[in-house]
Amino acid sequence: MKERLLILEDGSVYKGKAFGSDNFQIGELVFNTSMTGYQEILTDNSYCGQIVMMTYPLIGNYGINRDDYESIVPAVFGFVVKDYCDAPSNWRAQETLNDFLVRENIPGIYGIDTRAITRKLRDQGVMKATMADPDANIEEIVKQLKETDYLHDQVKRVASDKIFPIPNRGKKVVLMDFGAKLGIVRELSKRGCDLIVVPWNTPAEKILSYHADGVMLTNGPGNPEDLPETIETIRQLIPHTVVFGICLGHQLISLACGAKTYKLKFGHRGGNHPVIDLATGKVQITSQNHGYAVDIDSLENTPLELSHQALNDKSCEGVRHTQYPCFSVQFHPEASAGPEDARDLFDEFINMMDKEGHHA
Amino acid sequence: MPKREDIHKILVIGSGPIVIGQAAEFDYAGSQACQSLREEGYEVILINSNPATIMTDTTIADRVYIEPITLDFAKRVIYKERPDAILGSLGGQTGLNLVVDLHEDGILDEFGVEILGTDLQAINRAEDRELFRALMQEIEEPVPESTIVHTVEEAVQFCQKLGYPVVVRPAYTLGGTGGGFADNEKELREICEAGLKISPVHQCLIEQSIAGYKEIEYEVMRDANNNAIVVCNMENVDPVGIHTGDSIVVAPVQTLTDHENQMLRSASLKIIRALKICGGCNVQLALDPKSFKYYVIEVNPRVSRSSALASKATGYPIAKISAKLAVGLTLDEILNPITKTSYACFEPAIDYVVSKFARFPFDKFPNADRHLGTQMKATGEVMSIGRTMEESLLKAVRSLEMKVDHLEKKEMLDLSDEELLEEIKKSDDTRIFAIAQWLRNGNSAETIHEITKMDPFFLAHIQRIIDLEQQLKENQNDIALLKEAKTYGFSDSYIARIWNTTPKAIYDLRKQNHIIPVYKMVDTCAGEFKSATPYFYSTYEEENESIPSDKKKIVVLGSGPIRIGQGVEFDYATVHCVETLRNEGYEAIIINNNPETVSTDFSISDKLYFEPLTTEDVMHVIELEKPLGVIVQFGGQTAINLADSLVEHGVKILGTSLEDIDRAEDRHEFEEMLHKLDIPQPKGETATTVEEALVIANKIGYPVLVRPSYVLGGRAMEIVHNDDDLKVYMATAVQEISHDAPILVDKYIVGKELEIDAIADGENVYIPGVMEHIERAGVHSGDSISVYPTQTISQKAKDTIIDYGERIGRGFHFIGLYNIQFIVDKDDKVYVLEVNPRSSRTVPFLSKITGVPMASIATKAIMGETLIDQGITPGYLPDDPNRVFVKAPVFSFAKLRGVDTVLGPEMKSTGEALGSDISLEKALYKALVASGIQVPTHGNVLLTIADEDKEDALSLAKRFASIGYGLYATKGTAQFLRDHGLFVHEVDKIEEGSDNSVVDIIREGKVNFVINTMSQKNKNSRADGFLIRRVSAENSISCMTSLDTAAILLKVLESLSFSMVSMNEMGK
Repeated sequence: MKERLLILEDGSVYKGKAFGSDNFQIGELVFNTSMTGYQEILTDNSYCGQIVMMTYPLIGNYGINRDDYESIVPAVFGFVVKDYCDAPSNWRAQETLNDFLVRENIPGIYGIDTRAITRKLRDQGVMKATMADPDANIEEIVKQLKETDYLHDQVKRVASDKIFPIPNRGKKVVLMDFGAKLGIVRELSKRGCDLIVVPWNTPAEKILSYHADGVMLTNGPGNPEDLPETIETIRQLIPHTVVFGICLGHQLISLACGAKTYKLKFGHRGGNHPVIDLATGKVQITSQNHGYAVDIDSLENTPLELSHQALNDKSCEGVRHTQYPCFSVQFHPEASAGPEDARDLFDEFINMMDKEGHHA
Repeated sequence: MPKREDIHKILVIGSGPIVIGQAAEFDYAGSQACQSLREEGYEVILINSNPATIMTDTTIADRVYIEPITLDFAKRVIYKERPDAILGSLGGQTGLNLVVDLHEDGILDEFGVEILGTDLQAINRAEDRELFRALMQEIEEPVPESTIVHTVEEAVQFCQKLGYPVVVRPAYTLGGTGGGFADNEKELREICEAGLKISPVHQCLIEQSIAGYKEIEYEVMRDANNNAIVVCNMENVDPVGIHTGDSIVVAPVQTLTDHENQMLRSASLKIIRALKICGGCNVQLALDPKSFKYYVIEVNPRVSRSSALASKATGYPIAKISAKLAVGLTLDEILNPITKTSYACFEPAIDYVVSKFARFPFDKFPNADRHLGTQMKATGEVMSIGRTMEESLLKAVRSLEMKVDHLEKKEMLDLSDEELLEEIKKSDDTRIFAIAQWLRNGNSAETIHEITKMDPFFLAHIQRIIDLEQQLKENQNDIALLKEAKTYGFSDSYIARIWNTTPKAIYDLRKQNHIIPVYKMVDTCAGEFKSATPYFYSTYEEENESIPSDKKKIVVLGSGPIRIGQGVEFDYATVHCVETLRNEGYEAIIINNNPETVSTDFSISDKLYFEPLTTEDVMHVIELEKPLGVIVQFGGQTAINLADSLVEHGVKILGTSLEDIDRAEDRHEFEEMLHKLDIPQPKGETATTVEEALVIANKIGYPVLVRPSYVLGGRAMEIVHNDDDLKVYMATAVQEISHDAPILVDKYIVGKELEIDAIADGENVYIPGVMEHIERAGVHSGDSISVYPTQTISQKAKDTIIDYGERIGRGFHFIGLYNIQFIVDKDDKVYVLEVNPRSSRTVPFLSKITGVPMASIATKAIMGETLIDQGITPGYLPDDPNRVFVKAPVFSFAKLRGVDTVLGPEMKSTGEALGSDISLEKALYKALVASGIQVPTHGNVLLTIADEDKEDALSLAKRFASIGYGLYATKGTAQFLRDHGLFVHEVDKIEEGSDNSVVDIIREGKVNFVINTMSQKNKNSRADGFLIRRVSAENSISCMTSLDTAAILLKVLESLSFSMVSMNEMGK
C-alpha cells in the first residue's frame, strides 16, 4: 500500500495511505460533516481550490454512480478520509471512489486521524495544505504552503464560459453560473423553468435582453469580493427583475446592496445546520457549504433585511430586499447532498416571478 | 414557545417490570424525563411497579408510587393526587396502553387531566393498523399490501389473492409478540391463530412480505411548532425479517447514497408531522436493495429501545428533550446539553461507527427455539463505538460476554462447509460467527448474500477481518500488522492465540512499540463545536482527547448487557455508587457497554468510557486515568470476574479484596471458613469427574443439587434424584458451561429459603432486612416471590440468620455489599446456601422498602468511612411493622418458544414487580397483578399434579372449591380429587386426540389458572407437562409449577372472596 502525507501550513504532517491520483496541489483544507453524499460534495464546484476532508470515517461505501454528480468536471483539489471502502455496495454503483478520483486526477489520502485535524481546523481556523509523497522535503513544502496565496480566480475556473439554453416551457430564468450545482438546475427544471445559462461575467444589459422572468444567482467557490464586476452587474439587475441567490449568489447580492462579507474561521460545511426563518419562527435543517458569510451588522442602512439566521452561531443565512423582488439564502435549498427541508424556496421564487410578471 | 404555565402537576407512567421487548431503556428514558420535567419546575408524580429501577428512587420524582400499572391502581393515584396532566409516551407500550385505558374509562375527562406529548389520536393512528394505513395512503407514503383480519379464515382468503410469503403482525403487542412469516397456508393458520389470541384486540395484520429489503430506521423528534428533526439513522445488518431488537444494527446508515437517505429522511419527517407527534418517534422503513422503492414498516409514537440506542449512539438525549417538548418548549429553545453551545434543534453528525449486538438468553435456555424472526427474543444489548467498521463490530463481539473475543466461535472451527451453510440458513443468534467461519474457510461472500440478503458491504468488511487474520498468521510478530490489526479492532487475546503467545505478551509488545489506544469524545457534532461531554470511546489513532484530571479518581465497572440473572438491578447499584463517589469528592469514572441503561447516561458519572468489559479494554482506561482503584462489586459477575486479571496487572480492587472474593467463591476455602465460623451448610463436595460426582451423591444421599462453580443466576443448576439423572447432567449441561471449574454436589434440603443483603466495613455489619421466599428451596431465588418482613419463620431462626450474617461479614472481611442465601429446615435449623461477595439482585428492592440507601452506604464503606462514622448503628434494622412488601418475578415465556416454564434452580425470570400494602394478602395481590397475573375472584383452575404432590394438592383443591372456583383435572388427578369428594371436570390427555384435551381447555380460555407439578421420579411424564406449560404461556394463562405459589395465590383469592359454609356444616 502506497503511503502518502498530508502536510498543513502550520507544519503538522499526517502519514496515511494513498488513493486517487498524485496530482498534488496546494489548497485550503476544509472539513464537511455530512455522513452521506461524498459524490455530491466531491463534484460540487464550490470546493474549487479546496482539499475536502470528510469527518465521517467510512467513505466510498456506495461507490460512484452516474446520477449523483453536481458538476461534470469536479474541481476539488484533494480528498481526505479516515477509512476508504474499496468494495462499494449499492445498486446504482458504477465504479469505486478510487477509480473516480484517478480518472478525475484528484489525489486522496486515507488512514489518518481526521478527527484530530478537524479539531485543529476548528480551533485554529482553516489553513492551506497539500498532499505529498512520503519522501518529500517537508520543510520546503511547509515554506511553500506559507508563501502561496489563496486562489482568486476559482469562479472563472469552474463557471461555464458560454451562453447556452436548457429549454423548457415554463418561467424563463437566466441562471448566472458561478460554478452552479446541478441540483439548482434540477430544481428549476423540475418546476418547468426555461433556463438560459450565462457566464459569471455576462453584463446586465445582455441578461436583461432575454426578457426573462427572473435571474438565478448560483453557488460558486471562493471569496465574493473577488468578483467586483459581477457585483456591479447584480446591482443593475435588482431593480429590473426577480432575483434569487444561493450561497455565493447570496453573498454577491448582499455586497451589491452595500453589505459586507467576512471569512468564517472554519466555515459551515455539512448537512445538519439549523436555520431559523425569522418570518415564521420555523427551523429547517439545511445543507451548507460556505467559508464566507454576510455581516449582519452591515445590513443596517442597506435595502436588505435579515430573513434567515443560523441557530447555532447566529450568522446570516438569508436576506430579503425591502423594495425589489429579490431574496437570497446562504444555505442550499437544492440539498444534494443534504436535507430537502428548504426546497420550497424554489417554489417561492416561481411564485414571486408569477406575481411580478416582470418582462423588463 | 415557552413552557406551559397552566399545568403544575404531571403524572408520569413508567413501563413496569422488565420483559423481552421492554427493558432497561425505559428506566433510562423515564428517569431522564422525570428529571427533565422537574428541571422545568413541574411537580412530578410517578407510577411504576418496577422496584429495580433508578426511576422509582424517591429522588427522581416528587412522589413515587410503586404500584401496579393498571387502570384500577392508576385511577387510585389520580383520585389521590389530582394531577393536571399525564405523560405516558415515555413508559413504553405499557405507558401508552394505560393512557388509552384511562382515557376510555373517562377519568381523564372527569378530572380534567390533559394528555401531554403525543395525543390520543396520534397514538391511535400510529398503533391501529387500519388507521395507520389510511393515514399513510392519505400522505402518499407506501405501505406493503395488507389487510386486517379478525379470524384465521379471513387471513387465508386474503392470502389466496395476495400469495405467499406474508407476515403476520398481531395488533397492540410488545416487541412484535406473536407475529411471524408464513410461507404457506399451514404456517399462516398456525401463526395467525396464536397472533389473534395474543392481541388484546384480537386483531392481526396480514402483510405482503418484504423480507430481504434493507431495514432502515430514523429516530425523529417533533415539537409543537411543527419543527422536526432526525436524531439518528440506523441500518440493520440483518435485512427485514429479523426484529430490529434482535438484529445487528449499525449507525449511521452505511450503504445508502445521499439520495436514498434523504428520500427516507423526508418520508420519516412527513410521517411524524402527519401524526402530529410531540416528542420522539421511531420510523422503520424497508428499502428495496435494487431500486428506490421503499415501504413504511412501522412507527412507534413514543421513545423506544431504538431511541435509547440512538441517544447513546449520538449523545443526543431523546427522552430528556421529549419531556420538555411535551410541556410546550420547542426544539430551538432548548440548548443541546452536550455542547451547551448549540441547540437541540439540529441533527447530530457522528464521526464514528456504532454497532449494536443483541444479547440472547439462549445460554440459559439451551432448548429454546433460537431462530430469529419478527418476534424479539433478546433480553439485552451491547453497543460499541469505533472509527472503522471492523473495530466497531469486533468491540461489540467482545462486549457480549459470550466467551468470544473475536468473530470466531470455537464450536464452529471444525464444521464442514455444508454444516456451516446449514448454520447460516438457520438465521439464529450465531449466524454472524458462521458467516465469518465460512469466509475463513475461503468461501465466497456471494453465497452468503444470496442466502441471507445481507448487504455485500457488511460481508466485505467481515472479509477484511478474515484477510487480516490471514496476514497476521503469515507474519508473526510483524509490528506494522499488529498496529493495523488494532486499528481494525482485533483483541490482544485473539492475536495472542494465532501468534501462540499470551495476551500479556501482546500487550507488552504493543506498549514497547507505542501501540496504545487514544480516546475520542462523543460530542453530537463530529468535532465541529467545542464540547465538554465526558463521554469517550477508544480507538487507535493519533490524538487523545480524554485528558485525565489531577483529582482522586475511582473507576467503577458496569455490568454489561442485560441478561437473565444479571439485570437492571446491577445498573441501579452502579449508578448509586457513582453518585456517592461524586458527592464524596471523588472523580467517578464508569466503564460499561450497555446502551439501554442509566449508568451509560453521560451525565451520571464524571467520565463515561463506552467500552467492552474485558481486561484489555479496562486496563487501557486504567493506565490512562491512573485511578486510586477499581470498584467491582456493583457490576455483577461481569465485574467480579475481571477482578483476578486486574489484580494481576497491578490494579487495586477497592472494597472486599480479591482474596476475600475468592474465599466466598472458591468452594473449598468457603467451606473452611464457614467451618471456622461454626456455621452449617448443606453437606456437599466438589467433583471434577462423573465418577467422583456419583460417589459424593451416594455418600450424602439423594436428592442432590448439582451446579458448576462460578456461575451466574443458577445457570445449569439442577436437582438430581438418582444416578442415571446425575450421569445425564454431567454429560450434557456441564460440558457446555465450564471446562475447568469443578462441579458442586450438595445435599438438597427441603425448607424455607431466605436471603439478606448486608453491608460490612471490615469491622461492623449492617443488615437492613431479611427477605423470605414463598417457594421452597429448589426454586431459584430470582424466580421466587419474596416477602419482607418475614412472615412464617420463628424469631429464633431469624436471629440465627442475622447472627450468621454478621459473623460472615466479619469473618470474610467483607468491605461493602454482600448477599447470603439461607435455608431453614423443618427443625428450624439454619443453613447457609451461598454467599455472594457483591451487590445482588435484591439490593434495589431492599433499599427501597427499608429506605436504606445500601449501595451508597457500601460505597462510603469501601472508601474507608466506617458504618459508625456514617452514623449508622451496626446490626439489624428493625422491621417495618406497618407494611408488607412483596416482590414477584416476571417472565417472558410467551416470547421464547421451546422454553420450559417450570421453575427450578435455574433462573428464568426477566424482571420483577413490587406490591406493598398493610397486609400480606393485599401486598401479594398487588404484586401478582403488577406482574401481569389476573386475579379474578371467580373462575376455574386446571390441576395436573404429580403423584407425590397429590396429597398436598388436595387441600389446595378443596380451598379453590370452597371459594367457588371450578376444578378441571386430567384423569389421574380428577379421580383422586373425586375420591375425596370434590366435583371435577375431567379433561382428556393430549394423546387421546379429543377436542376436550387439557391443551384445548387452556387454549379456549376455560381456565384462569393452571397448576402443574412435575414428577421428580418419573421424568417420562414430562412431555405432556411441557406442552401444558407452553400452551399456558402462549395463551397468557398463569401456570404455577410450585404448590407454594399456588397456595399463596389462594391466600389472595380467599381474602378477596367470601367463604360459603352452611350453618349445618358449621354444626350450629
